[in-house]
Amino acid sequence: MKLMWFHLMPYTELPEDFRTRSPSVWIDIDPKLFDPARGHLMYNDFMDELEYAAECGFDAICVNEHHANGYGQMPSPNLIAASLARNTQKSALCIMGNSVALYNPPTRVAEEMAMIDCISGGRVIAGFPVGSPQDTCFAYGQNPSMLRQRYYEGIDFIRQAWTRDEVFAFDGRFNQQRYVNVWPRPVQKPHPPIWIPGGGSVETWHYCAEQDYVYCFLSYFGYKVAREQMHGYWAEIRRLGKEPNPYRAGFLQFVGVAETRAEAMKLYREPAEYFYGRCLHVDPRWVVPPGYMTEATIRARVESQMQIAAKVSAGGGPSVNQNATDFEGIVDNGYVLVGSPDEVAEKLREVALDLGVGHLMLLLQFGNMNKDLTKYNTKLFAERVMPQIKDLFDDQWEDKWWIKPMPRAQLSSKAAA
Amino acid sequence: MVDQANAARAAQLEGGGMSKPEASTILVNGLPCRVWAKGEGAPLGYLPGIGGLPRWTPFLDQLAATRRVIAPSLPGFPGGIGHDHLDTHFDWLLATHDLLTAAGLAGADVIASSVSGALAADAAGVWPLLIKRLVLIAPFGLFDASDPPTDIWAQRPGHLNGLLCNDTQTYKDFVAQPDSVDAIEWKVEQMRAQETSARFLFPLGNTGLAKRLRRITCSTLLLWGERDRVMPFTYAERFASGIAGKSEIVKIATAGHLAELDAPTSAADAVLTFLQ
Repeated sequence: MKLMWFHLMPYTELPEDFRTRSPSVWIDIDPKLFDPARGHLMYNDFMDELEYAAECGFDAICVNEHHANGYGQMPSPNLIAASLARNTQKSALCIMGNSVALYNPPTRVAEEMAMIDCISGGRVIAGFPVGSPQDTCFAYGQNPSMLRQRYYEGIDFIRQAWTRDEVFAFDGRFNQQRYVNVWPRPVQKPHPPIWIPGGGSVETWHYCAEQDYVYCFLSYFGYKVAREQMHGYWAEIRRLGKEPNPYRAGFLQFVGVAETRAEAMKLYREPAEYFYGRCLHVDPRWVVPPGYMTEATIRARVESQMQIAAKVSAGGGPSVNQNATDFEGIVDNGYVLVGSPDEVAEKLREVALDLGVGHLMLLLQFGNMNKDLTKYNTKLFAERVMPQIKDLFDDQWEDKWWIKPMPRAQLSSKAAA
Repeated sequence: MVDQANAARAAQLEGGGMSKPEASTILVNGLPCRVWAKGEGAPLGYLPGIGGLPRWTPFLDQLAATRRVIAPSLPGFPGGIGHDHLDTHFDWLLATHDLLTAAGLAGADVIASSVSGALAADAAGVWPLLIKRLVLIAPFGLFDASDPPTDIWAQRPGHLNGLLCNDTQTYKDFVAQPDSVDAIEWKVEQMRAQETSARFLFPLGNTGLAKRLRRITCSTLLLWGERDRVMPFTYAERFASGIAGKSEIVKIATAGHLAELDAPTSAADAVLTFLQ
């Protein structure tokens, strides 16, 4: 199994009364709340933490893209990844990812990822999310009704730009370019592995299966919420006659490790409540612009809502609450997995097997967790949890979607150090 | 399938004091779009506002007493498909032209409400013979950052319904699911209609119409609900001052953005007076 260390880069000093004072953490968050001098320290701490995770032996360090967002301060994950490419040696650089529909032409995405792949000696994982409605439609003004068509076309453009060995013309519906010629070329052939973060639509599952991309379910609500999605994904993979290789999938989980469960409950209460209380304070007006969801997804959701309503009226109900902001609720519902190293290892083994995920992304910094606690959590995980679960799946399955770095002998002296 | 659904919908409109319109289908870009028509007399077109025309309305019924009211559905509005084939404003403008022409409205008087107003206004300017006289009900198409319209695409669930009419119940009734229609398909149709408006107007509702308003040479009535919570009244003056043809502004008391739903009699009277 691959264990991947993920950073969201949250602003760690949102005020205590943020929920009542600010309409939302996203889009219309008060610009006056951002202190650039504090931002300087945060960015440097966060990049230290990512580099520390690489030193501790995580298989990958992960960055992602958000805009106008108080809990995700990487409008350009490529900038961070470029720095990490210089200051780390072995870890994969998982850029999770670039919302390709935002870039016209997508040439820029192909170029920057190829640059980072060259700088790092072939360590880039290229994540291509559709992008949240907040980031794409509201922060960047993209038309929700055309976003997905632009997105699919953008990925096709990038893949061609990376793999075709001649200058070519691209005559797309949304992108027209007479001369496409990405220079530099990526190290990895035919191209860096492509991973697709998705929210659970059948169309995305089909797309990943057809294109042979990794499907990643990235949610802030943990393994309990993920069960239905991942089981649906694997059912679809089997139905399509594809090999149920766990390395076709990725999944994100918040984790807090300490010597004992009681100690973990004490240490991670504040950062978890900060994240689920303040960071996830998102105004519902930014959630569903018309056209963002496909008609197939709308149909599926309306059907699902009707089924839930029927279940509730029959005395049942949804099993996982997705609105908890108190630590007990956060832990009980599985958003954050806390415990001693042995407890966490046992639970993660169970979760990975149940969900069938070979790429486990871990948020070991969340909310306002400071650098010391982040490093403690990271080190304890690397030394006492990782060895217990690292071998999972490797005796049965090959990870065909992992990086293919250059041979050490060919690396620059700094990269090989 | 679309034809059957449209015929079934038309059949459901009997009762409530209104008789059903005649339903037919025309093709725009080779895809079906419903046309509802009713009444006798000179043709009068109607392009509905946000959400399209899920059911026939008292406003149209009153107009149909003296005119042949023809209400074609834009691609993506209830009864029409094909919005996802249209990418640019030029695509939408051509679709509007083809829709009006195929519905038998070339050279006729046309009413366009809200979002459709942006398309009809441009069509009137680009093809001066296409529209004889134009009625715009709180149209989109312009944007002034110092006095912006409400962002209709950034609303909390359920809030948009409360913005469109002065009386919230009026809009709820307008979009209420008839018993005999499949609940999921009705919901999908409503969402598709919302998407359609976004497809040609997101994010600001600004189609660049300001620099083309002077091309509109036909007589134009600008109808505005006094309690419009979406499009500020100042836009009526912007339209009136920009249009080259004769224009007049009429305010409708106790009406919101979709004034023809809130105050059908006052709105129909204003339209018929203008078209006399």
